[in-house]
Amino acid sequence: MGQITLSKVTKKFGEVEVIPPLDLEINDGEFAVFVGPSGCGKSTLLRLIAGLEDVTSGTIAIDGTDATGLVPAKRRLAMVFQSYALYPHMSVRKNIAFPLKMAKFDQAEIDRRVEAAAKVLNLGDYLDRRPGQLSGGQRQRVAIGRAIVREPAAFLFDEPLSNLDAALRVGMRLEISELHNRLATTMIYVTHDQVEAMTMADKIVVLQAGRIEQVGAPLELYERPRNLFVAGFIGSPKMNFITGAEAARLGAHTIGIRPEHISISPSEGAWKGTVGVSEHLGSDTFFHVMGTGLAESMTVRTSGEVSLRHGDTIFLTPQEDKIHRFDADGMRIA
Amino acid sequence: MARRVSTRRRVIVTAIAWAVAFLIFFPILWTFLTSFKTEGEAVATPPHFLFFNWTLENYIEVNERSDYFLHFMNSVVISVGSTVLGLIIAIPAAWSMAFVPGKRTKDVLMWMLSTKMLPPVGVLIPIFLLFKNTGLMDTRTGLVIILTLIDLPIIVWMLYTYFKEIPGEILEAARMDGAGLREEVIHILTPMAIPGIASTLLLNVILAWNEAFWTLNLTAANAAPLTAFIASYSSPEGLFYAKLSAASMMAIAPILILGWFSQKQLVRGLTFGAVK
Amino acid sequence: MATKHSRAASRLMISPAVLLLLGWMIVPLSMTIYFSFLNYNLLMPGAHNFIGFDNYKYFLTDPAFTTALINTLVLVGGVLLITTVGGTLLALLLDQPIWGQGIVRVLVIAPFFVMPTVSALVWKNMFMNPVNGLFGWIATSLGLPPFDFLAHAPLFSVIMIVAWQWLPFSTLILLTALQSLDSEQMEAAEMDGAGAISRFVYITVPHLARATTVVILIQTIFLLSVFAEILVTTNGGPGTASTNLTYLVYAQSLLQFDVGGGSAGGIIAVILANIVAIFLMRMIGKNLDA
Repeated sequence: MGQITLSKVTKKFGEVEVIPPLDLEINDGEFAVFVGPSGCGKSTLLRLIAGLEDVTSGTIAIDGTDATGLVPAKRRLAMVFQSYALYPHMSVRKNIAFPLKMAKFDQAEIDRRVEAAAKVLNLGDYLDRRPGQLSGGQRQRVAIGRAIVREPAAFLFDEPLSNLDAALRVGMRLEISELHNRLATTMIYVTHDQVEAMTMADKIVVLQAGRIEQVGAPLELYERPRNLFVAGFIGSPKMNFITGAEAARLGAHTIGIRPEHISISPSEGAWKGTVGVSEHLGSDTFFHVMGTGLAESMTVRTSGEVSLRHGDTIFLTPQEDKIHRFDADGMRIA
Repeated sequence: MARRVSTRRRVIVTAIAWAVAFLIFFPILWTFLTSFKTEGEAVATPPHFLFFNWTLENYIEVNERSDYFLHFMNSVVISVGSTVLGLIIAIPAAWSMAFVPGKRTKDVLMWMLSTKMLPPVGVLIPIFLLFKNTGLMDTRTGLVIILTLIDLPIIVWMLYTYFKEIPGEILEAARMDGAGLREEVIHILTPMAIPGIASTLLLNVILAWNEAFWTLNLTAANAAPLTAFIASYSSPEGLFYAKLSAASMMAIAPILILGWFSQKQLVRGLTFGAVK
Repeated sequence: MATKHSRAASRLMISPAVLLLLGWMIVPLSMTIYFSFLNYNLLMPGAHNFIGFDNYKYFLTDPAFTTALINTLVLVGGVLLITTVGGTLLALLLDQPIWGQGIVRVLVIAPFFVMPTVSALVWKNMFMNPVNGLFGWIATSLGLPPFDFLAHAPLFSVIMIVAWQWLPFSTLILLTALQSLDSEQMEAAEMDGAGAISRFVYITVPHLARATTVVILIQTIFLLSVFAEILVTTNGGPGTASTNLTYLVYAQSLLQFDVGGGSAGGIIAVILANIVAIFLMRMIGKNLDA
């Protein structure tokens, strides 16, 4: 079991309120991702749940029992840190066994569980090495191994992939998702990377300045962002925002249209502009279109390879039903 | 940085460096050589540099005639004792400042440092009178207490700079893994900090071994460590250079060897982490 | 960044060190201040009456005080000059690629580990002694009359001995600082067209400035309290020619048993040391933020 409930949780560092009153419910078995720009309070929120920081007010309940005053050791949670935080003076085996040793398991049980975890994570050959002798990806696996052996109520991940190179990051992302499918344990995962959030989460929690901007499934956030911030944060490349007469025409202060919801034509369309920088990915092509008079630059995504040169005239047509409308306060107009 | 230099230049620079180093080291070398001479050869004119009858008799005589061993043991007990006592007090303090820093941590650190800057002569009289009245005068215990207090700021500072280098996340990981404060300190912090603790120990033993204000003023025959024992050689003139050299070599050799191992830590410890 | 639990534990763990140092600072120092206002000599039993600032007046107007103050400044200044200039040159030398760098370093650093009483005695007898010392022999071999260093240039001799002990310290620190100089910075400057001299002036010198300040301040703290070297070699003499403030207070207190006068001198020494300490603390404090 691993249901985590935050009610009216706040956190102040001195006079600075980093988390204003916040309510959040994470269900058993859910993969929840906290995402937001750096300094949005997502890591602080995770540390509050972990018990590494005290809440200033409010309560945190784990499986219905109040855990607000409990020390981290008593919360039945496991955490994977950004720096992996492996114990450098212990072998991989001892690292993984440490939580079991602290929980006073008998040696036979410790050995059995360590072997099992090593098998799952492909660490069998490295059990007697020191963390210093491992690659980044292997260290990451050891950190995960240390977290899973104790069979905690929930796993907490604090930007675990940010120290890995791009290729490894994609691989580990899959491994963590697979792990979640297999264990079906609650996971809370903090990242600033919206791609990680979109690909891994059951539930995304978008945070800005300590406030929850929106909670929902990845596609829900993509399709129906509640406000300008979420609309701009989720999706890559970013949504195009247009203000002024064009927005007013649709009864909104700001309208947003995603790059993939604009079609292009060399001869006719709603908006006219010239091609600026084009980015060719092979599978897709992104054009940055200048001089439309709507926004400084509009990003357009097309499938496959389209050859347009810098300075070519281009016409853009948005899919009307995919236009998002926002009011003067930045909130979505339903 | 691999700099390209011509062999010619390298030869010249090497020669200069070795010459300078030899000059600086010469007094110690000369003491070493003299300690193996007879008293006659020690003051011979012109001086004998290498070609004399090497003898160990000075070492034997110093050991037999004086209580050299007593003073040596005094030095060991006082320097090691004050350092270990200092470490026991300083490890928890450095732990809290490095891992649970508060608003006042910096002030506390600076204040501790400021006590180190108190010139000893400013408190000479009260300490002298206190020692006389409490029977601590000329005891190892008394000196251990004083040296612990004067070295405590350096010990705390050195440990603090070493502890600061241990990432806080590792200790948090231990907490998440179910370790209490005691387990955290025993299983995680201490093993990781052993190199730092060892360096601190080493440097402070050296400093305490060579301390020569309190050891000279607060000891007489019983608790005098080697600093004070050697000072007693200052009175007689003339034919005693060989024995003085032998006694000196025995007093400095252990610390010279320890010191050579602790060059890096020395810089860090004595500059309070300002230069690493 | 911590919880109530860890903060409580933290306070508990820091208190022994804080209380001990607080006691060490307050108890003897306030006793010294108290004594400094008393007419209190161990050789004269009886009431120790309160005499206000008389001890300070007496101590400050004593001609020996002026001499001691000047001697202290000359001693500190002289040693600082020798060790910083010498230390910088030595550090630059040792930073060059040379054969046997490790051994050279070990030889240069060695004097720092020699206890003050040993180095004072070795220099006094085996080098500076006009009859049996090596310097005397060198002078005679050159046809010069041997010079009695400790009788005729006592303060200079003490400066030489102390400088020999502290030269390794400044060398080692400046060398460490030199070696921590970021080589990419040097390469960037080289790419920017800076020649060897410009690189030295604009990059190496500013980089060493901080370490030099640290060397000066820390040595000053220790040099203000030079004691054993004077006690062993000259006993402050001849007369007061090599008496510094520390030695003067020692002589007043433990040789003349004048508790009141010695305490007043001690407080004056504390005040002088504090002036230096303030600068040092600022330096280190800045470093804490960085």
